[in-house]
Amino acid sequence: MTGWTDIGALADIPQRGARVVKTSRGCIAVFRTGADEVYALDDACPHKGGPLSEGIVHGASVTCPLHNRVFDFATGAAQGADTEVATTYPVKVEGGRLLLDLAALADRSAA
Amino acid sequence: LVIIGAGMASGRALEELFSLAPDAYEVTLFNAEPRGNYNRIMLSPVLSGEKSYGEIVTHDADWYDSHGVETRFGEPVTAIDRGRKVVVTAKGETPYDKLVLATGSTPFIIPMPGHDLPGVIAYRDLDDTNTMIAAAATPGARAVVIGGGLLGLEAAAGLRLRGMEVSVVHLAGHLMERQLDPSAGYLLEKALAERGIAIHCSASSKEIYGQDRAEGLRLEDGTEIPADLIVMAVGIRPGTALGKAAGLETGRGIVIDDRCVTSDPDILAVGECVEHRGAVFGLVAPLFDMAKVLARTLAGEAAAFAPVEVATKLKVTGCDLFSAGDFAEGEGREDIVFRDPARGVYKRLVLKEDRLLGAVMYGDTADGAWFFGLIKDGTDVSEMRETLIFGPSFQGGTAPDPMAAVAALPDEAEICGCNGVSKGQVVAAINAGAHDIGALRAGCKASASCGTCTGLVEQVLALTLGDGFALPQAQPVCGCTELSHEDVRRLIKARELKSQAAVWQELGWTTKDGCHVCRPAINYYLLADWPLEYRDDPQSRFVNERNHANIQKDGTYSVMPRMWGGMTTPEELLAIAAAAKKYDAAVKVTGGQRIDLLGVKKEDLPAIWKDLNDAGMVSGHAYTKGLRTVKTCVGSDWCRFGTQDSTGLGIKLEKRLWGSWTPHKVKLAVSGCPRNCAEATCKDVGIVCVDSGYQIGVAGAAGMDVKETERLVDVATEEEAIEWSTAFIQLYREHAKYLDRPYKWVAKAGLDWVKEVLSDPAERRALNARFDISQSVYQTDPWAALVTAEERASWSSPIATIDLEAAE
Repeated sequence: MTGWTDIGALADIPQRGARVVKTSRGCIAVFRTGADEVYALDDACPHKGGPLSEGIVHGASVTCPLHNRVFDFATGAAQGADTEVATTYPVKVEGGRLLLDLAALADRSAA
Repeated sequence: LVIIGAGMASGRALEELFSLAPDAYEVTLFNAEPRGNYNRIMLSPVLSGEKSYGEIVTHDADWYDSHGVETRFGEPVTAIDRGRKVVVTAKGETPYDKLVLATGSTPFIIPMPGHDLPGVIAYRDLDDTNTMIAAAATPGARAVVIGGGLLGLEAAAGLRLRGMEVSVVHLAGHLMERQLDPSAGYLLEKALAERGIAIHCSASSKEIYGQDRAEGLRLEDGTEIPADLIVMAVGIRPGTALGKAAGLETGRGIVIDDRCVTSDPDILAVGECVEHRGAVFGLVAPLFDMAKVLARTLAGEAAAFAPVEVATKLKVTGCDLFSAGDFAEGEGREDIVFRDPARGVYKRLVLKEDRLLGAVMYGDTADGAWFFGLIKDGTDVSEMRETLIFGPSFQGGTAPDPMAAVAALPDEAEICGCNGVSKGQVVAAINAGAHDIGALRAGCKASASCGTCTGLVEQVLALTLGDGFALPQAQPVCGCTELSHEDVRRLIKARELKSQAAVWQELGWTTKDGCHVCRPAINYYLLADWPLEYRDDPQSRFVNERNHANIQKDGTYSVMPRMWGGMTTPEELLAIAAAAKKYDAAVKVTGGQRIDLLGVKKEDLPAIWKDLNDAGMVSGHAYTKGLRTVKTCVGSDWCRFGTQDSTGLGIKLEKRLWGSWTPHKVKLAVSGCPRNCAEATCKDVGIVCVDSGYQIGVAGAAGMDVKETERLVDVATEEEAIEWSTAFIQLYREHAKYLDRPYKWVAKAGLDWVKEVLSDPAERRALNARFDISQSVYQTDPWAALVTAEERASWSSPIATIDLEAAE
């Protein structure tokens, strides 16, 4: 469908931090690791809805600020004995710009 | 009787022999060194200038004379002809009926390139010592000591006292690794660094460079340490050359039997050159025993040498160190470790099967002799095991059984209040395979939130697993490291680590940039120790601190403006009410004597802050590990019973302390009289005003734990009350473990130590000055940081807003 959409510059996201993409169907947290890799997760923790964009980013994971669930960016899976899985979205960097795959979001919402 | 070697063992042997059988032998004493017997151990005070050589001589010319000893000093023996029973020197042959080899040890010289340049020495005898003293006479002279064991450190200390610039290079990861574990090694390293000795651990020496003489040491990693003198203190080997050449049985040393006789019945040996039942020796006490045995054998008496446990009590540059017995690691051995890094105290006991094998103490060696006694006697210590490390003053009485209380709890009893986990659930989790606290936290969540129940959970573990469970010692900070908070705090100071990257690198973190547990702690330690060099990192802050407001369960925030000392004005109340209406907030009065506005959306935060700022209010920091509130009661302004202006003092304290980051939240209170209406006696710092002045108490608690404050000091003036309170808080900032409230920190550091430090007026002033430096950076209102409307609007704006329908 629509595919990769420019949502801003990599520099707009603090290193080891996140910014939020607002959509009518909810927010997406876009993360930038200390090594300048980018990932995107639903900005709602699958545990109790906490804002993952507010968590501490370390390595390639983030810790939910509410109850400390730790999510791996690549798979969205909670670490340790927790079983929740956060929804992930494809995102990449090209020429310093962030591209988010909206097709994935639209598909998800339609289903 | 011919004796080769005039060292300490041979000197003692002669003394013993002459008292047992003075006329049995005509004695000839050879020595390679051009001098007689002296106390080699005392060479260190000679090096440092505390003693002269004359003072350490043990046997002088008169003594040799009176005992008829023919002395041949400075005449090395080059060979022994056992067939003809003569020894050979440059001057000729000397016959013997009995021969004693006391050739001591030779220091090991690393055969690296440059090792034979002038200026490279070992540290063994008086000649080495004199070379070092001569080198130190040149102003600005530099020395490198290779070897951070006992001898190397004594050399370094002595040279430093003589004014040289000294570096120590040591292969292992920490100093004196045979006696100390890494933490004790770092304590020692820090103490030495404070005395101006540069320490390089984990450093491998590659070569000594220089044209005609040594000019410096180059390490494997390329580091060059320029030096005029290089001292090698990397170990000794028994001096076996002569005996081996003569055909005597040698292993690591010249082999002797229990009577000190070698493989040749007319040749005996004593001292560091021997090997007895596979053991070689480097401490003097057993060798003095051996000397006695040698003497008795020579006198024709029956004697047998059996090495006895020794203790060594040392002062290495004023650092007390005691070690006894065998403290190597081994199968079936267990450690009990007592660590008090703030006071530089470390004690370690090594046990095997209920018996004490070894002990190492650093900083507080008073109980050394008692532990040594337990080692020597092989006492069964199982009864006193729990209190053993505290020494003889703390033994006796039957220990109460902590397990009885936990065992009596029913299954439904709540163990973890935060997560609602019952004893039965914990036991089920343990039986399902969660055998340590980490597994239980991750699995059934017991102890995963506030942590107060950790001790209780560990007891349930012990109860359920029995002997299969062992309580852990000094916990590491998190999964990224094995170091404890105390270790990390100390290393950040000692190694001057001023950035997060320095910490990950220098302290060997296993992750690239830490985790949600350690990053906030490291961030705090760095900003507390280096307020001007390190900047606070917002990405290492919990959400509350990053957003300057408390996140609630629905993702909205609570906003709490400061209300100095709990006093407000109609104007402030009107502004608060207006903000509550405008942003549709719930209004709650807090225990800290201020007002909380709840339910504020993140994007509205900058706007509500501006409204409150415009009314002259600043952030109440209700969300920080920082100064929270200073509660007051009305005091002499209004109250019939007020002895001092408690409200005024409270406001002054709050104005001084607000904005500072602390290891955990700090709450103060000032009560105007002992009726204590401000509840000062359960605060981190609580002041009770009395007619004569101010009673300052510290280390109270009124949350998960309830604890009364302990009296720190009584002062007469308001200025002193502020000075003492600030100094206490700064001491807390500099020393406590992240997330320890002051009462937890004082329990670890000891109130006596805190009082000792703060009782020094110069120290109080210095602490206040350091606090001021930190405040010069951090006493700012975070709410006011967003100045323009544009900044406010973009503060929490999304990076993009997507209209999905349009996109589709």
